[in-house]
Amino acid sequence: MKNFWSVAFAVAWRVLHNVFTTPSLLFPSLIFPLFFFTAFAGGLSRVDNIPGFDFPLGYTAFQFVFVLLQSAAFGGVFTGFGVARDFEYGFARRLMVAAPRRSGIIAGYAIAALGRWVLTAAILTVVAVIAQMKVGGDGVDLFALYGLALIVNLAGTLWATGVAMRFRTMQAGPVMQMPVFLVLFFAPVYVPLDLLSGWLHAVASVNPSTVLLESGRSLLAGSPEHVALAYAVALGLAAGFVLWAVRGLRSAERAGG
Amino acid sequence: MSLALAAQVGHIGRRAVLRTARQPANVIFPFVFPMMLLAVTAAGLDSATEIPGFPSDSFLAFFLAFPFIQGALFATMNAGTDLARDIQSGFLNRLALTPMRGAALIAGQLAGIAAMGLIQAVFYLSVGLIVGVRLASGVGGAFVLLALATVIAIAFGSLGAFFALRTGSGEAVQGLFPLLFVSLFLSSMNLPRNLIEIDWFRFAATVNPVSYLIEGIRSLIITGWDGQALALAFGIAGLMFLSSVAAGAWALRMRLTRT
Repeated sequence: MKNFWSVAFAVAWRVLHNVFTTPSLLFPSLIFPLFFFTAFAGGLSRVDNIPGFDFPLGYTAFQFVFVLLQSAAFGGVFTGFGVARDFEYGFARRLMVAAPRRSGIIAGYAIAALGRWVLTAAILTVVAVIAQMKVGGDGVDLFALYGLALIVNLAGTLWATGVAMRFRTMQAGPVMQMPVFLVLFFAPVYVPLDLLSGWLHAVASVNPSTVLLESGRSLLAGSPEHVALAYAVALGLAAGFVLWAVRGLRSAERAGG
Repeated sequence: MSLALAAQVGHIGRRAVLRTARQPANVIFPFVFPMMLLAVTAAGLDSATEIPGFPSDSFLAFFLAFPFIQGALFATMNAGTDLARDIQSGFLNRLALTPMRGAALIAGQLAGIAAMGLIQAVFYLSVGLIVGVRLASGVGGAFVLLALATVIAIAFGSLGAFFALRTGSGEAVQGLFPLLFVSLFLSSMNLPRNLIEIDWFRFAATVNPVSYLIEGIRSLIITGWDGQALALAFGIAGLMFLSSVAAGAWALRMRLTRT
């Protein structure tokens, strides 16, 4: 176990050091959530005037939860890009030769993704507060909301890491991000589920990210709904992607890194 | 334009189109990604048409202008990155040893962008028509829309070419993408400017030239023939094109002098 954690912390430290000292790696993951938050919460604020829009805290808070979860998921994807880059440049091959417990490599990337996302979430929260976002939930609700996003971040990282370890090239970037994008956007992003109609309503009704979004919004509003289900979905995704990432690692091992 | 220059432009333009066509990611993304965003946003915001004063009863028709601009942004990045790669790989240096004129290089690149921009615009318009959007400006409007979309693609493409020639780095050109993406998001792409509630956002959308490019295309789809919107869109795209080409020509001269 000691070997596992020593590998994990070494990988995490390296990734975090690289990210925090390389603006071209750091800024996209910080800036894109802010773009989305600004564009959606600012540009679409009148959407809360639509008859039937019943979220009590207003449109800024409504969009904040989406952008928080999106930043968590895409924080994981951005880390997956780094994994692919490590394979392309040959670093991953040397890492796999040196690591006494290779599963620690996956844990290291996951810890690094978490570290990156914590900064993004903090900045996003500060911007939301400056934008006078209303908050209805108490400390426990908010803790549950950020905890949910943290598990989404873990799931996103494990998904992208699994892809990166199978393809071992930066060209796999679209394979990492497109499914995440689709799962996130085929959900009640702009308006509550009841106001969606047609094919998007049908898809959103069975999309697991819908329950994450709606539960997150209910936590922010201070009237928690389906929280246990949302945690079960998030933990289920993370558990499934642990297997996906570990099998990806085995695939990379068979290919010789 | 002399025959020799036209032939040079043709060769460079053909090369630009073929090179794009041979990179699946550069072809698929400009076609698929804007369509996916269109589908998701139009379905997700369909109820926004119930906002009092909304200018259309179909959000799909209202939002159809968006893919044309996003496609032009992709064209900018692809063309700029390809040109930067030519510089990094030494192709431009080798070209400088031939009788090829600098004007032919820029015009050829832009011809390639124009061809890709037109193909993309035909695709977006066809998808729009297939899913039930009817142009308020009629058949003539469709031709004007394609022309405007092509001019916008050339304008953004010339901006990408300028950045490529100035920096000579594909990464630097890619770094331009967030800036262009912000300009797209801080525009009237999601709601008409008069319906944007937040003051600073409405101001940003009003001073943002991208709003007028979107509104020019949108006017042909949902309004009909709006001379002011079209004049602003063509004018801003033309201004972008002229200033970027002038800057690009200067950057090319500097680069060839250096080499």
